[in-house]
Amino acid sequence: MSVRQYELVYILPPETTEQQVAELHEQVEQTVARLHGQIEKTENWGRRKLAYEIGKFKEGVYVLDVINGSGELMKEIDRRFKVLDQVIRHMVVRVDEEKKVVERTRTKRQTESARRRVKRGLSPERQPGEGRHADGDDGDDDRYDAGEA
Amino acid sequence: MGTMTGMTQGRPNVPFGQGRSGSGGGGARGRGDKKAGDKEKGQRRPMFRRRKVCKFCADKIDDINYKDVKLIGPFVPERGKILPRRISGTCAMHQRKLQTAIKRARQIALIPFVTD
Repeated sequence: MSVRQYELVYILPPETTEQQVAELHEQVEQTVARLHGQIEKTENWGRRKLAYEIGKFKEGVYVLDVINGSGELMKEIDRRFKVLDQVIRHMVVRVDEEKKVVERTRTKRQTESARRRVKRGLSPERQPGEGRHADGDDGDDDRYDAGEA
Repeated sequence: MGTMTGMTQGRPNVPFGQGRSGSGGGGARGRGDKKAGDKEKGQRRPMFRRRKVCKFCADKIDDINYKDVKLIGPFVPERGKILPRRISGTCAMHQRKLQTAIKRARQIALIPFVTD
């Protein structure tokens, strides 16, 4: 079984107490442990306004779990969340492949820029305060006009 | 403008099978309209048109994440629809990533589906 990385986001009713959140998290942890996964990190975003009403709720407590595990594990978690009443919305997203792609493009760009800089006879890293700023180097024609006037 | 030189008269780029019959005439008329549009655009251009740049390419943002509402927000106008590429200037790759991010964010109520 291959290990993949998933993100699980779920929304609980706004009146949920810290303790209830902890209890639910405990349940998730147990399921993950039972199916040989692991929780990489957990984020509690706290109470947020929902962009639209879900049922009668206008606000919700958001919790994010990053889980390493198999597809079967996430299937089980998804099934359990569908059954739970105290969760108003949940979503599972696989993230490992996207992360890999992001990592690859980032390193590629860095090596590429380093290569070009070395070719120009500069140090591979960009020095602070060097070169033009990234923004505002186009569409500033009025700057020249002001200089002439 | 430079775009005009590429358009040779009487040699439409239409796929074969469209001769000088009625359908061919229709095609030619369509071309004419397009040409007129180009000319109009060419005249208007020097006045007010910023060059559109893909925000994500310019700022070197690799990861368009559904959790980052601040990043996605400007691409979802009041109505809740996804801002088209022709207006925002986003490149095809980033528009695609943006699209999935927006759709995911909608599912967990970070961004509205519709608002009116």
